[in-house]
Parts: sequence; structure tokens; C-alpha cells
Amino acid sequence: MSSDVRFTDFKTDKQPTWCPGCGDFGTMNGIMKGLAETGNSPDDTFVVAGIGCSGKIGTYLRSYALHGVHGRALPVGTGVKIANPDIEVVVAGGDGDGYSIGAGHFIHAVRRNIDITYVVMDNRIYGLTKGQASPTSRPDFETATTPEGPKQPPVNPLALALSAGGSFIAQSFSSNALRHQEIVQKAIEHDGFSIVNTFSPCVTFNDVDTYDYFRDSIVDLDEEDHDPTDREAAKEKILDSEKEYIGVLWEDEDAVDYNTAHGVEGNMADINESGAPEGATDLVREFY
Amino acid sequence: MHDDLNWAIGGEAGDGIDSTGKVFAQALSRAGRHVFTSKDFASRIRGGYTAYKVRTSVEKVQSVVDRLDILIALTERTVEENMDELHDDSVIIYDGERTEFSDFEVPDGMVGLDIPLKSLAEDAGGALMRNVVALGAVCEVAAFPIENLDESLRKRFGSKGEKIVENNKEAARLGADYVDEHYADDIGALDYELETTDNDYVLLNGDEAIGMGAIAAGCRFYAGYPITPATDVMTYLTGRIDEFGGHVVQAEDELSAINMALGAARAGARSMTATSGPGIDLMSETFGLVATSETPLVIADVMRSGPSTGMPTKQEQGDLNMLLYGGHGEIPRFVVAPTTVADCFHKTVEAFNLAEKYQTPVYIASDLAMAVTEETFAPEEFDMDEVEIDRGKVVDESEISEWQNEKDQFKPHAVTDDGVSPRAFPGTEGGVHMSTGLEHDELGRRTEDTDERIEQVDKRSRKVETAKEQEDFSPVEYGDPDADTLVVSWGSNEGALVEALDFLDEDGVNVRVLSVPYIFPRPDLTDAVESAETTVVVECNATGQFADVIEKDVLERVDRINKYNGVRFNADELAADIKEVIA
Repeated sequence: MSSDVRFTDFKTDKQPTWCPGCGDFGTMNGIMKGLAETGNSPDDTFVVAGIGCSGKIGTYLRSYALHGVHGRALPVGTGVKIANPDIEVVVAGGDGDGYSIGAGHFIHAVRRNIDITYVVMDNRIYGLTKGQASPTSRPDFETATTPEGPKQPPVNPLALALSAGGSFIAQSFSSNALRHQEIVQKAIEHDGFSIVNTFSPCVTFNDVDTYDYFRDSIVDLDEEDHDPTDREAAKEKILDSEKEYIGVLWEDEDAVDYNTAHGVEGNMADINESGAPEGATDLVREFY
Repeated sequence: MHDDLNWAIGGEAGDGIDSTGKVFAQALSRAGRHVFTSKDFASRIRGGYTAYKVRTSVEKVQSVVDRLDILIALTERTVEENMDELHDDSVIIYDGERTEFSDFEVPDGMVGLDIPLKSLAEDAGGALMRNVVALGAVCEVAAFPIENLDESLRKRFGSKGEKIVENNKEAARLGADYVDEHYADDIGALDYELETTDNDYVLLNGDEAIGMGAIAAGCRFYAGYPITPATDVMTYLTGRIDEFGGHVVQAEDELSAINMALGAARAGARSMTATSGPGIDLMSETFGLVATSETPLVIADVMRSGPSTGMPTKQEQGDLNMLLYGGHGEIPRFVVAPTTVADCFHKTVEAFNLAEKYQTPVYIASDLAMAVTEETFAPEEFDMDEVEIDRGKVVDESEISEWQNEKDQFKPHAVTDDGVSPRAFPGTEGGVHMSTGLEHDELGRRTEDTDERIEQVDKRSRKVETAKEQEDFSPVEYGDPDADTLVVSWGSNEGALVEALDFLDEDGVNVRVLSVPYIFPRPDLTDAVESAETTVVVECNATGQFADVIEKDVLERVDRINKYNGVRFNADELAADIKEVIA
């Protein structure tokens, strides 16, 4: 990895088609800067994008990338990371992709503690389909498909991650550029699965969870003297539904990542191209 | 007396039926005899009838027949379940001390050997070994040198310590001695003899052959979700693939499994998953993504009886339409259907080459019949020196520039004459690119441009056309090439069909058999069908899915032999069915 990589190297020549003011711009910039700051280059980075407005990131962020089917970005990222542990893997998706259709994969990716960084662009709305409730929408959030609100509590992704044994749990706000970059950077540096739930306001369809709302409500853990290695403190803050915390809530630096735990190393793309691998005949002998 | 001997052990699931059957099958194989096994079982952990059957001969056996010569019955129900296959000279081994058998009467004409299996096992060191006592008895009945059991018992119990192995060997001898002491006259009159030879055979099932084929082909990544009858592929690879630098992930569901496999393939690994019908349903959406993003991926469908949960432990070739047409939109693909257990190995190797040469998903259509059949082969059938690897158009740093546009952007979906684009693995300098399930341009970026859409659809289809020109998708031929009757089969029916030829031959009936291992692209059977007076398509499903395909290809009606009761074809029944069609 070259040290002279700049974050603009991670930009493609495509102009984003996100609505002007969309939170996804800031979320993506933070990822690009975080990748560059941690010494990664586009050649050694793989970004997996889900479906939804967030899914467009693969087109704008220059790296090896796959824009997959709805909800399955984490399994794709898992496969990449196991096949080639040297590749930096970032998975980016929305709240619908990650906490609704892909919720099952989220829990299990957390459990596996595979060393990938998961940045969720959480706008608490389905934007691409023009404004339906998402799993993180408020119970009284009125939309065309939930005229009186979903009348269900929103998913708490950080609590899900903690209960599933998460080793790095953070929350961020796309508009707070420097802080967002710093949090993403820590997530990338973490050896294991890291989730950064990022408030990325939708300026078109969500008139509740707006920039103003987040600016007024956000509490930065850095100003709270929070110790991310204190599990009780992390639990208390994660379960506090009254506050919108940003920062690293929980980090378990001793957790062993999936590839280390399973002895997975080396690039699986490198195989003997002249024939069966050495020792394959022993497999036949086993059947005698 | 027949050349072959048919043996079974039956009882309740949980009685150790499978492991006992496997020990005996292995002993026979190691003694230089051919073996073909089958299972009757219910999808339960305990309870319910289950049986492991072995057909063995000095000659090659590749089918089951409706005849049972020696039966170890651990329950009375086992005898009832097999009444149709038992005959006058059949031997039934049972333990009359079990209350289960207190009212049991040996059916007329058959030879019942009442052996205190449990008591003798206890004498040898533990009641658990009662099945091995019974195996010893079988050796005596069939004049099979008991030493042949020893190595199999060691293979089965070696990990539990030498004492256990010795106890089991002793248990087998107690069973044999008991027969010798109490039933020497009865069995002497039967004349069963399991002759041994110096031939070396390997004994394996279809799932294991797929797994071994995968490793041989350089597969390094497997993700799967357990499902009968595909689980053995995963079990086989677990631990073994690690020795070759690979890894198996047990995913949380089939959606995850195929997406993990896709991710590994994007990273450059030869990658696969295996499942059965319900899993194929779940994987269909991603299957389209695999094809559209032009990712090489191998997906084995070990078919079982459907639809829905169907009969999970029963045979069916019911997924053909799903494999051929499944998924929304129009998806280029390959579908290969191994025709024997050994062919599962060869077709898996070929599947990986097809996948990478044409950057297209490949379905392997295997089935339960092959997955649960242990069959003997000469080890040369799995000659690792014959394995060829073709990774297709993978480009490294020195070749990247040939495939970049004027802005130095790599073109993973470059439009080419043969439809195949270059492939650059992550980590390759200058090869940075994205791909997507959206229609895309040569760079892999979303497009809705009408010309680009047509270019990309045509290019993906062209890969299949290129394969048709470059690959050999011929069927395997048996029987009389000039016969008026053409019998077409796909997948696992081949063995029964080949043996059916002998039965037909005895009756003076000549047929030409084409066993088709390639479903898409597939051989053109037009000439064969047109030159035959009668064409009949044999398959294990109710509607005749392959027959439909052939009718469409050749624009001519064909006859059909379908079986969908959950049991594979027997050679004798197939011969009778064929005669009925041409009568």
C-alpha cells in the first residue's frame, strides 16, 4: 500500500446523483478520507454496496466494488475478506438494506467478527422508493404506507450488535465531517467487525430526522468522557433511546477476528494453474 | 445363484444403521468386490424405519435390484418393509431375545437366524456392538473371510482407541462363531459365497465426489447452509479444503451462502456452494447477479423430492426447469448433470473451468440417488494428473493496459468477439473496477442507454455460443447405435439404464441409449430422434421436464418414462417400462 494515496484517488469521475444536500455525500467522503488516512489504496480496497440510495456509493467511490442484491452486502464482503485477507473491505448500505431485508446477515456478520467495516447510511426512511417507513423510523412517522406511523419501536442496531457480541460499535453523523472521518478511520483500523451507524439525513422525504434535528440532539461521546472499553457504560448509552450519541460506544480490542480464529490466511486466488493441487491424490486414497 | 449378492441392515433411525452398512460396504470394497449401496430412510433423528442396502458383485454393479438375499433386521418392521424383495433363500438375522421379536415368525421358506446379538455384544465388551455381531454372522453366512471386516472396523473405531477396535473385532467373531455352532447346516445348504479379488477399489458417494472434484479443481472457498441431501459436500470439504489453503463457511442461510461465495469469487477464488431445491429457490435472485456481474461461480443442486419441503430424503429430478429457467430476466448459464458418482467428480472439475472460462454461473444438477449411494470405482477413475485448470481471461498488471479505456479505466465487461471480458482480481494495480446487478456499460457502471443494453445482453449470450463452439457437450452412448428405439436419460439414471440393457438383451430387445450430462447448453438430439422410430425419455419426475426440452429442440413428440414416488429407477423395472413403451 502506498503512503502517498490521497482521498481524491478514491473518487471516480462520476458525479453523484444523490439529491443536493443528501447526507450520503458526507458519509461517503468520510469513508474515502478514512481509507486514505489508513494507508489503503483503491487497488487494495473492495467496497460492497447494497441497494437503495446508499448503494450508489460503488459508482462514486473508486475501488474494486460490487453493487449487489438488496440486503446481501455483508455476506459478499465476508466472502471477499476470507478469500483475500489482505484486501481492505468496506460494506456500505442503508438502514433498509442492513436492518430490514438484511437484518439476519447483520447479526451473523457481527457474530463472526469478520474484519470488515460496515458503514450504514441511516436516514430513517426509504428514499429511493420515495418515502416509506424504514426499520429505524419513529413509531409515529407518517408515510404513504404508514399513514399513522409504523406504531413499532425502531430497530436499535447498536443494541443488536452489542447483544451479538460486536467488537466495535460506533455511531456517526455525516455532516460532522472531521468527526465522521475520525470514527470511520477507527472502524477501519479495528481488527474485527466494525459497525458505524451514520446519520445521513434525507432532505427530500424525511422532514423529522433532519440536519437541524441531529445538530440539536447529538451528544458527542468525546465530550461525555466515555470509555469505549467500559461495557456497562456502553450498554447504558446504547440502550438510552432519549439521546443520539455519536462516537465509539464500544470497542473490544481483544476480540479475535474471524480469519485469525479460523487460521485463514493467504490469497485464495493463487492456485496451481497447471493441474490439481499437490497432495490431491491423497484424497483418493482416503476412499480405499 | 446370482452373481451379485444383496444385503441390508434395517431398523430405526438412530440404531447405527448407516455406520454398520458403511463398515460392511468398505470391507467388501477392500476385499476387491464392487459395491453399490442405497438407503431407505426417514427424515428423523430417531424413530421410523431406515435401512442401508448393499449390492455387491465381482463385476461392476451400478444399480439396485428388487432382491434381498441377506437381511439384518433390528426391528420386525424391517422384515415387513422388505417382504417384496425377500425370497425363498433369503436369510434373516434377528435377535429373538428382543421383546420386539417375541411373536416373530420367520416367513415361509426363508432361513431365520435367531442370534442373541445384544448378549454376544455384551460378552465382547458392550451392547452397542450388536450390529457388529450381526456383521460377523453375515461373514459366516456368506463365506466372507472375517478378517476383511477388521480394517473397516479400525477405520470406523480407530479414533476411539485400540481397545474399542479389538472389542469390535471380537464381537464380529462371536457372531460368526454363533452361526457356525447353531446354523451350520442351514447356511451350508444356501451356498452364498462372497469371493474376494486382488482389485483395488475406492468407495465413495456423489457428494464426496463433488467435494473431491472441487478441491482437485482448485476450489478454495465454500459457503453453504446444511440441507439434505447436499450437506455431505460441505462435511467432506470441512477440514480437507483447509489443507489446500481453502475454507468452508457455514452461512446463516442460503441467501448468505451464495453471496459469500460470490464475494470470494469476486476476490479471485474458485468458489462454490451446494444446496438442494429449497436453497436453489432462495439463491435465485443472486444467481441473476452472478450472471450479470459475470462472476464465475459453481452451484451444486443435489436434488430431492419437491415442491416445497416435499420428501426431503427421497429421490427426484424435479429441479430441471428451475435450473434451466429460474430467476427473473434472461440469465445465461451452464447446467451440467453428472450421470454417475464418478462423473460427479469430473463434472465438478469441468464446472469450475466452464465458470471461469466464460465468467458465468454453472449449476451442477446432482441428486439424492447419487448423494446417498456409495459406489466402488477403480482409483484411476479419479486420476489427479488428468485434471486440467483453465482460468480463462484473467489479466495481470502487465496486461491491464490492453483493457483500459483512454482514461486508464479498466473494462471488466469489455465487449469482445467471443463475449468473454478480461478479469482482474482485487489487488491488481490498474484493474480497479466495479460491477453491479444493474445493467452496466463496459466499465461496470449503471447504464440505461439502449445501445449499451443490447451490447451487454448480446455479449453475455455470446459467451454461451462461444462455449457451444469450443466445448464438447456430447452425450454418452450405450446399446445398439442402429436400434429403432432411442432411450434418452439425464443425470443419475445412467447406471440403471446400462444394466437394463442386459435385461432387454436377454429378451432380444435392442435399444440405443443416450445419457445426457449437459442440460444447457446441450447436445442437439435432432438427428438421433428423427432416425429413431420411438424415442423415450427416462427421468425421475412427474411431468417429463427433459422430455419437454427435447420436444422443443427437435419439434417432435417423444414418449416418457417417469418415476416420482421418491425412489430411483431399478434396472429390472426400467427394462420392463421400456418394453411396455415399444410394445
